Amino acid sequence: MALPAARRPMAALTGAQALVAPRGLVLLALLLAVFVTTALRAAPMTQVQPAIDAAVFDGPAASAPVITDNVRARLLAEQSRVQPGASVDLALVLDIRPHWHTYWRNPGDSGEPPRIDWQLPEGVTAGPIRWPLPAPIPVGPLVNYGYSGRAVHLVSLQVPADWPADAPIPVTAEAHWLVCEEACIPEQGRFSLTLSTDPAAADAPPGAVRTLFAEARARLPQAGVVQAVLTRGDDALGLRVPAAALPGGVSDAYFFPDAWGLVNHAAEQRWSLDADHLTLTLAPGDAAASVAATGLLTVTAAEGTVGLRLDATGAAGAPTPAGAAAASAGAADLGLPLALGFALIGGLVLNLMPCVFPVLAIKALGLAGQGGAGFGHRALHGLAYTAGVLAFFLALGLLLLGLRAGGAAVGWGFQLQSPLFVALMAYLFVVLGMSLAGALTLGTGLMGIGQGGAAQAGHLGAFVTGALAALVAAPCTAPFMGAALGYAMTVPWPAALAIVLALGLGMALPFLLLAVSPGLARRLPRPGPWMETLKQTLAFPMFATAAWLLWVLAVQTGPGGLATALTGALVLAFGLWVQEQMRFQRSPWPRVGAAAAGAGLGAALWLGVGLSGDQVAAPPTAGRAAPAGAEAAAGLPAEPYSPGRLAAALADGRPVFVNMTAAWCITCLVNERVALSRAAVARAFAERDVLYLKGDWTNRDPAITDYLAGFGRNGVPIYVFYPPGGAPRVLPQVLTEAIVLDHLGTG
Amino acid sequence: MRAHAITTAAALCAGLVAALVAGTAAAAPEVGKPAPAFTGTDTTGKTWNLADLRGTPVILEWTNHDCPYVVKHYESGNMQALQKEATEAGYTWLSVISSAPGKQGHVSAGQADALTESRGAAPTAVLLDPEGNIGKAYGARTTPHMYVIDADGTLVYMGGIDDKPTTDIADVEGAENYVRLAMAALAAGESVAKAVTRPYGCSVKY
Repeated sequence: MALPAARRPMAALTGAQALVAPRGLVLLALLLAVFVTTALRAAPMTQVQPAIDAAVFDGPAASAPVITDNVRARLLAEQSRVQPGASVDLALVLDIRPHWHTYWRNPGDSGEPPRIDWQLPEGVTAGPIRWPLPAPIPVGPLVNYGYSGRAVHLVSLQVPADWPADAPIPVTAEAHWLVCEEACIPEQGRFSLTLSTDPAAADAPPGAVRTLFAEARARLPQAGVVQAVLTRGDDALGLRVPAAALPGGVSDAYFFPDAWGLVNHAAEQRWSLDADHLTLTLAPGDAAASVAATGLLTVTAAEGTVGLRLDATGAAGAPTPAGAAAASAGAADLGLPLALGFALIGGLVLNLMPCVFPVLAIKALGLAGQGGAGFGHRALHGLAYTAGVLAFFLALGLLLLGLRAGGAAVGWGFQLQSPLFVALMAYLFVVLGMSLAGALTLGTGLMGIGQGGAAQAGHLGAFVTGALAALVAAPCTAPFMGAALGYAMTVPWPAALAIVLALGLGMALPFLLLAVSPGLARRLPRPGPWMETLKQTLAFPMFATAAWLLWVLAVQTGPGGLATALTGALVLAFGLWVQEQMRFQRSPWPRVGAAAAGAGLGAALWLGVGLSGDQVAAPPTAGRAAPAGAEAAAGLPAEPYSPGRLAAALADGRPVFVNMTAAWCITCLVNERVALSRAAVARAFAERDVLYLKGDWTNRDPAITDYLAGFGRNGVPIYVFYPPGGAPRVLPQVLTEAIVLDHLGTG
Repeated sequence: MRAHAITTAAALCAGLVAALVAGTAAAAPEVGKPAPAFTGTDTTGKTWNLADLRGTPVILEWTNHDCPYVVKHYESGNMQALQKEATEAGYTWLSVISSAPGKQGHVSAGQADALTESRGAAPTAVLLDPEGNIGKAYGARTTPHMYVIDADGTLVYMGGIDDKPTTDIADVEGAENYVRLAMAALAAGESVAKAVTRPYGCSVKY
């Protein structure tokens, strides 16, 4: 978005960057340096852009210029008139003496960023400085980050809604800056201007002012944050940025850390670009192990230089390969085993998930029924189950990879975004519940779930159970394994598949052990009447799951869709009931029963398919702003997420809290209930004027999928707090009131 | 919840391992390691060798009398007070001037002594390092840039003089003086809590 409006400063930036980031590009750097030098000689700054104390900037909303030994400074407002309740952009403009420079917010090896102390009427507030893209400035063996020529510091001024009409707003700023060539001079200036609130007043800022603000905006970093990965190696840091986030035709890249200590500012930065990633090799700073890995990446490309905010602090950084650099060097990939380990552990934990446990419980029941069976039989059974789980994960992994390759906007748990899928799952659980409750007998040919019948059917049943358990587990993996899966979806496909399979193996492991270990198996209780009681009891978790799925469906499609799905379930249940009644009648009644069941199934499917058409896509999108279930749980006033809204708020310097949620995401709803809807949180949001943006991923939404991908995630929830002017902070996926307050408070 | 905790813990472990690995390989001066050896000449022509100072703790102060950040700490009397405090506590305080000839802060021996005299400074000695050898061995970047070395020759602190990176004299009061904290920790036989901080000031004029 930040297209360069000012060609010359861009060229200067390019040249400076090329000087400090050569990598087989010495020739290009030299050419650029020659070009820039020539350009500077041919067109001194004062001829290209008017000095800030020139009359072209004069107007009601411009302070008197402050002229020091090394800087001509001025405070300008973009408009001279501002409405109560609105904001207006101000700019502290420093025209710096040639060869001298001022500093970025991290000044680098030495120096100090400018600071502004505002003296404003009660209620009027100034936001943080929005720093333009800096350039590296070599000073002897050191490197500073800062500006030469002109530095424009944008600040948003917010006027309260209850500001009396017609009352002018006096604005005074006391600014301090350090300006250096080699020697450094601290300078300061006091600036005053008055803004009008009179609706009748003319508001036509001089053209030079409009141009200046437009150019300043073009030199700001892009909105949003790119999720990167930092690897801390022996004596180099590897910073990996997804190539998808970059403009095309990258000719240079440079990383500016947000804080001192992460990288050695003066060290050369090497970069390389492959199809998937831009990789920078950086020298570690004095506190590389402890300083948060955030910063600004400037990328020079065909259309100019853009700045991207980077966050490499995320959990995704944990299971990280040793950077693309290491991978290309053929070095041992430390990250993959780690990621596999996490996936395995995650898979184990899945067994405890409410959406898996019922299925597993049925399976354990089936195992208990085979208490007397031989080891070989049980082992086969366990292996069949494992194969079922793995088959599902393999299929899903392949599907996801295929879709990823096709560029479809999907994510983990995406299958629950399809109302048809949700409806079918609900049917399935209704039928399973009826079966468990004893209302009908499922033929082993259909599904041997929970039945300890013939060995062959049992093994098939185990396989199907495994696949089913994995099927219902997939959405549960999103909250717990978001980071690892996000990682899996960004690595080459063999590694991605290995991770997905490790997840499946972890899930199958407890059951497999139970099946093959004679010691454990012997401890299983003897079959008896208690099994029937337990079986019937387990019907209720099934019905609960069905109820939950129907609720998800209601959020997705509204009451009409819910009624359709319920009708389908009713027809299906009736058909199966008829079949059950006819089962032991004389011929041809069983056949009639089977036909009734088939008809019921067909009708239910037909109704379900009706849910997935265009009828479905429309209502949820329209009703998206306030998904009933998700919204009711939160006490905070939220605005629906859109990239534009986020960018606008950030540009205004307003703190933003982003919550990406979905009706089918239980973790999300629990978080909203136990943390986000608390009074203390609401107060903290109100006090800090935090904009609460909520994205609903219940149905597919490419904008949200993009946002998640920006943080290396593949599923919801994600909570991100953007402190004013600071790097965004990703909150944990399991929230408490204290965690939320803590993240807000330190902003 | 558990998976999350496990993931976090594993990530922390991985980070620690990486940090340790990174720590052993870096060539720059490191806290907890022997301070880089140096030999330098003071304004009287006397040669100072770090190895000879074994047995007494040492403080190194990079300075440039024209740098506004240095001026802040001398005008306020902060640096002189710290020098007196340290030398009375048995420290050898060496002010190091690494400005190259012709650059800001470069002084002759006589000028350096006159500066010490006029400012009421109390270092043990002022080392002249116009070639920047000592400065580069220590990676000194700013004036002031402070290093504290214990009696065993181990570097225990490097970084800024305090936590207020400004040129404003009013900021001296109320600032957290990292050198004083390091001295207190050494006196108490404890390890220095904030052993590496951001040095702030003007660049060293190599």
